[in-house]
Amino acid sequence: MNFSAGSRWAFRLLMAVGLAFIYVPLAVIIVNSFNASTVFAWPPREYTTRWWSDAWHNTGVRDAVLTSIQVAVISTLIAMVLGALLAFALSRYRFFGRQTLSLLVILPIALPGIVTALALRTAFRTILGIELSIWTIVVAHATFCIVVIYNNVIARLRRLGTSLEEASMDLGADTFTTFRRVTFPNLRGAFLAGGLLAFGLSFDEIVVTLFTAPAGVTTLPIWIFQNLFRPNQAPIVNVVAAALVLLSIIPIYVSQRLAGESTGGGRI
Amino acid sequence: MTTTLERPPERTPLPPTTARRRLSAFVFRSRRTRLFSLLTPPVLWLALIYFTAVFSLLATAFFSVDSFTNAVVRTFTTSNIVQVFSEPAYWRATGLTVGIAASVTVLCIALGLPMAFFMAKLARRRSRGLLVALVITPLWASYLVKVYAWQSMVAPENGVLAWFVRPFGISGPGFGTPAIVLTLAYLWLPYMILPIYAGLERMPDSLLDASSDLGARPWRTFRSVVMPLVYPSVVAGTIFTFSLSMGDYITAQIVGGKVQMLGNIVYQNYAANLPFAATIGLIPIIVMLIYLALVRRTGALENL
Repeated sequence: MNFSAGSRWAFRLLMAVGLAFIYVPLAVIIVNSFNASTVFAWPPREYTTRWWSDAWHNTGVRDAVLTSIQVAVISTLIAMVLGALLAFALSRYRFFGRQTLSLLVILPIALPGIVTALALRTAFRTILGIELSIWTIVVAHATFCIVVIYNNVIARLRRLGTSLEEASMDLGADTFTTFRRVTFPNLRGAFLAGGLLAFGLSFDEIVVTLFTAPAGVTTLPIWIFQNLFRPNQAPIVNVVAAALVLLSIIPIYVSQRLAGESTGGGRI
Repeated sequence: MTTTLERPPERTPLPPTTARRRLSAFVFRSRRTRLFSLLTPPVLWLALIYFTAVFSLLATAFFSVDSFTNAVVRTFTTSNIVQVFSEPAYWRATGLTVGIAASVTVLCIALGLPMAFFMAKLARRRSRGLLVALVITPLWASYLVKVYAWQSMVAPENGVLAWFVRPFGISGPGFGTPAIVLTLAYLWLPYMILPIYAGLERMPDSLLDASSDLGARPWRTFRSVVMPLVYPSVVAGTIFTFSLSMGDYITAQIVGGKVQMLGNIVYQNYAANLPFAATIGLIPIIVMLIYLALVRRTGALENL
């Protein structure tokens, strides 16, 4: 379609405004972490790298990072297994309740976060009578991470079709060999990309985590949340925030490598 | 007359019948076994944890709390429901939350639709991947960090926006409802752009050409060709923006000043009075179920 030069420029401008809207706040975070003053004011008057070394040696931050990694790794592994199984079942078989199940899987993420959070807490505390621990966080995280893996794997399975597997079996490979040599290698990218998404989602989660964490367990988002309203901790919080923004480049790079040509390597 | 007889082709030897082979054959033949073993673990997990959870939330809304010990008393009562429905403050909070979620959704469409259109139809093929990556990138930056960034952006006296508009004699937005809407729109914008972009990319360019060949101006093409085709994708995006906004309480806590969304009421009450918090928690569920029922026929759910 022929767009006039004017409308092309209008769209280009809107795109630029949109990208500025996306990136200015992130830039502010990074600049602010070098702000020498302990009180926030824009623009900063003096700059220092002192807060970065302070944050590096901060034991509270270190412990929180370790806890977050533990939770994210375990819940991602659980979600990877369950999500992939579900994707296979729903894409390769027709059975009673299939439609309903495909709708129910997305509920933990389609229902508002506070609902999932409160529901899980109620189940743990009132119905099941379990004391909150790091494991209740893991269980909660795994539950909403399933859908991420499921989405990635089912999209790949649909595109893959079954002809390669049939060819493999016609050539004499049994069910397990076919899975190991044909199905899984074709699936690996989507499977790992889904795992990465789940890891990111879990590492970052705060809404559900606050409701399922016991008093002593502090994940990184909980640490930030607790220190956000303490003025004397502001410089350290700034550095942690900036570090998280900068570190987010790593999963983007990895997911681009994994997803390759496939679109939607995002968090949906 | 002699004919050379061709040797009959050799048969591929059958693999030896091992236990593994027998198991493989059994798994292959028995569709039911395969399906059962695939479905059992995830369905058990979801049923035991998630549906127990949602069910117990529903049940708890009909329990009450012992005023001395704060312990939940498991006897049926509708007092929470009556209390929430008869108190105008909660109606106002519901209206405010739905209003915020709707504003966020509108803002995300207004910003996301042109961006997605530019990415899918106007940008050079080579730069598309880069633009998608640029839009996705902030999704990997921590949610809390992004809300914190907006605290610095909208802060009333020394915030970035206040500093930016001061030369024009305007004051910054400060903390409150506008700040919540801006921050939530910022957080969920990629969730709106990505489905629309995917929908537009599926739409062949020839449709746009045909429309303009038939004499339609760009606006007419947009309304009569693009919009009907991309509508399910937009609706898919709104499910995210709407639901995520309905359930948020962190944003309101950090940039909302005194503004209380439904999530904040839940957060403040869950420790002392779980049944009451559960009752408030039902409101976003009801709103979302109504919304999902309304959009179900658009086919948006297949676009998620």
